[in-house]
Amino acid sequence: MRSARSSDKRQPKTPTGITGFDEITGGGLPSGRTTLLVGGPGSGKTIFALQFLSLGARECNEPGIFVAFEETSQRIVSNAEAFGWKLAELRKSKVYFMDAQPSADVVQSGTFDLSGMLAALGVKIKEMQARRIVFDALDVVLALLPDPADRRREIHRLHEWLLANEITGLITAKAGGDEMSAFSQQQFSLLQFMVDCSVTLNHRVSRGVSQRNLRVQKFRGSSFDENESPFVIGKNGFDVALARSGRTDAKVSQERVTSGVKRLDTMLGGGYYRGASVLITGFPGTAKTTLSGAFAEAACERGERTMFVSFDSDGSEVMRNLASVGIRLERFTKSGTLRMVSARTITGSAETLLVHIKTLAREHESRCLVIDPVSTLAKVGNELTAHGVAERLIDWSKVDGTTLVCTSLLDEMSSQDSGSTPLQISTIADTWIHLNYLVQAGERNRGLSIIKSRGTEHSNQVRELILSSNGVTLADIYTAGGEVLMGTLRWEKESAERTAEEVAEVAGRLKRLSLDAEEAVLEVRLKSLQTELIAKQAEKMLLERSTASRKGETSRGHIRMRELRGADAAKPRTKLSRP
Amino acid sequence: MSRPVVFKFLLYVAGDAPNSTQALANLTALCRVHLPDRHEIEVVDVFREPKRALDDRIWMTPTLVKVSPSPGRRIVGTLSQPEPLLQALGLSA
Repeated sequence: MRSARSSDKRQPKTPTGITGFDEITGGGLPSGRTTLLVGGPGSGKTIFALQFLSLGARECNEPGIFVAFEETSQRIVSNAEAFGWKLAELRKSKVYFMDAQPSADVVQSGTFDLSGMLAALGVKIKEMQARRIVFDALDVVLALLPDPADRRREIHRLHEWLLANEITGLITAKAGGDEMSAFSQQQFSLLQFMVDCSVTLNHRVSRGVSQRNLRVQKFRGSSFDENESPFVIGKNGFDVALARSGRTDAKVSQERVTSGVKRLDTMLGGGYYRGASVLITGFPGTAKTTLSGAFAEAACERGERTMFVSFDSDGSEVMRNLASVGIRLERFTKSGTLRMVSARTITGSAETLLVHIKTLAREHESRCLVIDPVSTLAKVGNELTAHGVAERLIDWSKVDGTTLVCTSLLDEMSSQDSGSTPLQISTIADTWIHLNYLVQAGERNRGLSIIKSRGTEHSNQVRELILSSNGVTLADIYTAGGEVLMGTLRWEKESAERTAEEVAEVAGRLKRLSLDAEEAVLEVRLKSLQTELIAKQAEKMLLERSTASRKGETSRGHIRMRELRGADAAKPRTKLSRP
Repeated sequence: MSRPVVFKFLLYVAGDAPNSTQALANLTALCRVHLPDRHEIEVVDVFREPKRALDDRIWMTPTLVKVSPSPGRRIVGTLSQPEPLLQALGLSA
């Protein structure tokens, strides 16, 4: 009809404000065209429609009209109260609700048409400058028409009217699945053919778990994602999961954050990267929770808002258990830095869990997130979707720059070496730390090894993980005779080495002492010899002096004798003065 | 029939759409047979007076509104099936 007009240009789109849907369709519903939204009862058609209208009214300055064929506007507005779209407020000016439910006391006689309603709507559109319109549960009113030909005629009438008004229309109808009785296949296909865009919602229960899916069936003049996408009706309305976000151009950070265990940081060459996703795998009881708790504590100590999602036990239980190994988280929950979430209370599909986690994390503005264990996502009923969910979890945390630490339980039956996780997320995680047991000499000890760590140099060593009331630490393990020693064996080895060291040290000290003694003896001897030398020298001097005086005495004696004899007195005197 | 009761009708039509013309014809015929000289029919064209349709909450055309005597009733359609119609108007014997 008017398709020629838009062939030269890309079909303009009207955003719906539904997370994920606008991405799937590349912008939203076709502007000025009609979209058919089909789904079984309780599949979320009305919520989709309300979200579409409320976004237009709140953010796009596009007032809207809601034609309610099934529920009263009163009920619709109060049901949607919880989503925070402020419908009650918007109702005053921006969103008009038309109660067009066929009332019970209206008698029907013969056929009728919708001209009255469309004429009235025409007035309202002009009055409000409405740009969006929703016909909710068109099947209800069509079912009143006795003749299939009349129904076809009314569908045509509505379509013509929508085109003439150039308003973005959304028609919802109960159909699809096996709910075709009220709305015959023929009319359904007529509607499908008429509209420019068609979206199907379905709600399946697979092994007791509810799974909601959305699929765009057609979109004239536009490309779209043809796959079924899981969606959730959460706190803020619809949340459609993108099968593949495709645009993970997340900001890559060089910043490191500590793992909470000093020696593990060393093994990783400085810690985890900020915004990285870390996977900790291991069997039950290998201290996965403890290791992730250490990370959470360290993050809180830096003052970063952290969320700890526990699927196994209550938040308070986790905190009590972690306190026993010196990880005290309670102080941070009090200050609000840490949020403990017990996800056992969240029921539903893996998709629902993901949306809940995302919503909570956004509310809390978490920079670090711990999910313990992520393998819960793959529990019965979710096997098919869980892998996609885990992938989206990692994608999402990357885009948001959240550092994510996930633990994953390994299947007890799977062999230790294969170490495959049920979700296969080990391939997309950035860092993968594996914990296992080593049973040896009647003991079970925990071993830690880094299987991979993208972009960081990391140790290839297996370390023993030791938990004590002082905290978590790693110890080197000993290899002796090709065997890895842990626990008591390691301790024995260590103590043997300590003893050997001690013996060597004592021996050294003894040697030094005896050398000291010898030195002392020599010094003493040296001193006594010196003294002896001085004595000898003194003796020698004395001897010389006494010899000289004796000689003098002798010569003086001769002179005296000569003087006494009175002979030749003068001559010997001169002789004597000469020498 | 001690005192004649006058039936007041409002018939909302959509221009000269087949359903609407048929309804008017059916109504006139019915009144001639069952309510001779004690009926008033006002025809409202929703295309000409859409505001009135909106205010009166008329969504389907044609719609016949029995204004008086009370209770007021609404009958939707071409009025081609006389039985439920007469019952609704309290005219079935």
